[in-house]
Amino acid sequence: MKDEASAPSADHRQAPINAALDRGQKLGLYRTMVRIRRFEERSLRAYQAKKIGGFLHLYIGQEAVAAGCCSLMGKNDHVITAYRDHGHAIAVGMELPPLMAELYGKVTGCSKGKGGSMHFFDPARNYWGGHGIVGGQIPLGTGLAYALKYRGLKGAVMAFMGDGAVNQGAVHEAYNLAALWELPIVFVIENNGYSMGTSQQRSSAGELAKRAEGYDMPWGQCNGHDVYEVRATMDKFLTLARERSRPSTVEIDTYRYRGHSVADPDNTYRTKGEIEEYRRTKDPLQVFQTALRAEGVLDDALTESIDAEARAESDHAADFAEASPFPTVADIQQDVYWETDNPAERKSQGRLFFN
Amino acid sequence: MPLITYREAIRHALAEELTRDPNVVVMGEEVAQFNGAYKVTEGLLEKFGPKRIVDTPISEAGFIGLGLGASMLGIRPVMELMFWSFYSVAFDQVLNNAANVRYMSGGQINCPIVIRGPANGGTNVGATHSHTPENVLASHPGVKVVVPSTAYDAKGLLKSAIRDNDPVMFLENTILYGDKGEVPAEEYLIPLGLADVKRAGTDLTIVTYGRPVILSLAAAEVLQKEHNLSVEIVDLRSIRPLDIDTVLASVRKTHRVLVVEEQKPFCGVGAQLTYMIQHEAFDDLDGPIARLCTIDAPAIYSPPVEAEQLPNARRIIEAALATVAGSQ
Repeated sequence: MKDEASAPSADHRQAPINAALDRGQKLGLYRTMVRIRRFEERSLRAYQAKKIGGFLHLYIGQEAVAAGCCSLMGKNDHVITAYRDHGHAIAVGMELPPLMAELYGKVTGCSKGKGGSMHFFDPARNYWGGHGIVGGQIPLGTGLAYALKYRGLKGAVMAFMGDGAVNQGAVHEAYNLAALWELPIVFVIENNGYSMGTSQQRSSAGELAKRAEGYDMPWGQCNGHDVYEVRATMDKFLTLARERSRPSTVEIDTYRYRGHSVADPDNTYRTKGEIEEYRRTKDPLQVFQTALRAEGVLDDALTESIDAEARAESDHAADFAEASPFPTVADIQQDVYWETDNPAERKSQGRLFFN
Repeated sequence: MPLITYREAIRHALAEELTRDPNVVVMGEEVAQFNGAYKVTEGLLEKFGPKRIVDTPISEAGFIGLGLGASMLGIRPVMELMFWSFYSVAFDQVLNNAANVRYMSGGQINCPIVIRGPANGGTNVGATHSHTPENVLASHPGVKVVVPSTAYDAKGLLKSAIRDNDPVMFLENTILYGDKGEVPAEEYLIPLGLADVKRAGTDLTIVTYGRPVILSLAAAEVLQKEHNLSVEIVDLRSIRPLDIDTVLASVRKTHRVLVVEEQKPFCGVGAQLTYMIQHEAFDDLDGPIARLCTIDAPAIYSPPVEAEQLPNARRIIEAALATVAGSQ
């Protein structure tokens, strides 16, 4: 733990991208972070009540990263991430009810109950998932950047991964292609210190972001508990991508309060004290709240109402999910092929499904 | 009709689709400046320029994944694998991502990508370069799998594959690249999932696809001349979607079936076909369905022995005679 400062540095607050924020935008950012946390807490309760199957990788503690990064998105900016994907989904603007319904495996879910926690998508909001295999989404993100450049669109891709992903070959292949072809992409390493239960120290040689140097890519590092710092840092690299089509890697130091997934007992590789220390000194919601209070943007009443609204919204999402129907057995074979979902336009013949 | 090679037929399909649709991009190792490891893409760089014909590093997981990501945003990449055998290092991209993204997104995302390249043994390159993964690919719902045997089919099927909105795995054959066939000058498409009766017959149906179609045609000539056996040859052309109806119609005519495939026997395409034929045409069969596969071992290097490991005309003749004998 580097410092005990629970206020963001003035430098980052005064960075042009942050200085330009009006009161409403600042409150919007804060609200996004609170909504992510309350959604995650509500989903954890649902999981404990056995409403949710499979894995649930919670984003609690990392909220400033997704909220900060996604708040910088313009029309032609795109996001792809790994399996800890709820925060990004909320940050790009997805509504909570279909997200919760997806966790419940309901047909009203954002992927009709076919993807689950790790596979949230919303291409209409430039959100391309939600991918389960560590590092497997990074070549896809690089392809999104390729498409932007091919089509002459001025935009950038943010391809998120965890600290564990930097040891996957696919990530390095993508780095090479992005640098070789000067693709507009920022590879964002959300470094929460642990690849599942293995600490960075026990899994990764050297500095993670610095590996970009081997590919002649600029790189940066920043703290992930201060949303102003995340925005100020990412703005620089996004601008490089959008304006000069240069790829880069940014490592954002962050921390997850919960286990790798809720199935992780979280007592073999770190101490409760470590978690408490981070929560006490660097909780991203608390840090931003403190800053906004100092700026006169937030007061007690508003803080409380934002929190109450986020809790109510999450409860409503859970009610919606609970009340929604499951997909049917007949739905299993929908959404497999474009052609079978669009039979009037089908050109091929023969059987596409077997038994 | 002009006589062109299988290789040229594929090249013409690429050129026509590149001309027709500005979103089509050809990408792969050595496809541009080197003119293609098997010269399939020869001349395309000159004609279409480096934006459309793109050399990639030797980095299959990276560039196949990149092509797939680009396809999600409206590009129609035609990715060349120098050998389909190299799909193993891109397996996660091909069969976790290409096959599943549409499904896991609840149908929100399409991946109109084609992955093409040769998938065959018989060239003495050892086990790692001789895989025929059509069965592995076809066992993943979400992808389509095409294996053309002639120049005519290769061109018409590839054009359909490029226009398809689902990911299509297109498996060629290095031994067929130089084979010539009649291909019309005017444009045509062959729909995926439509089998073709390459030879009509009455005594035995050989169901096959890819290079074994050519070998079976040669075998059928000998069987007719020397054994008075009339063999019907059904070329599947497409594994998924599968035109089982054409297969069943032939079975109902000949009542005897031999499946010939350049596949290892265990869970090969023939295993699925055999199940479907017995299930849907049991009463039409005069005997057990027979299979002729690659001999079940990794591809041997030794050139004269590899020729025996794969289906060849002699092995097909023997298998056909045994099939007919066994059902009498």
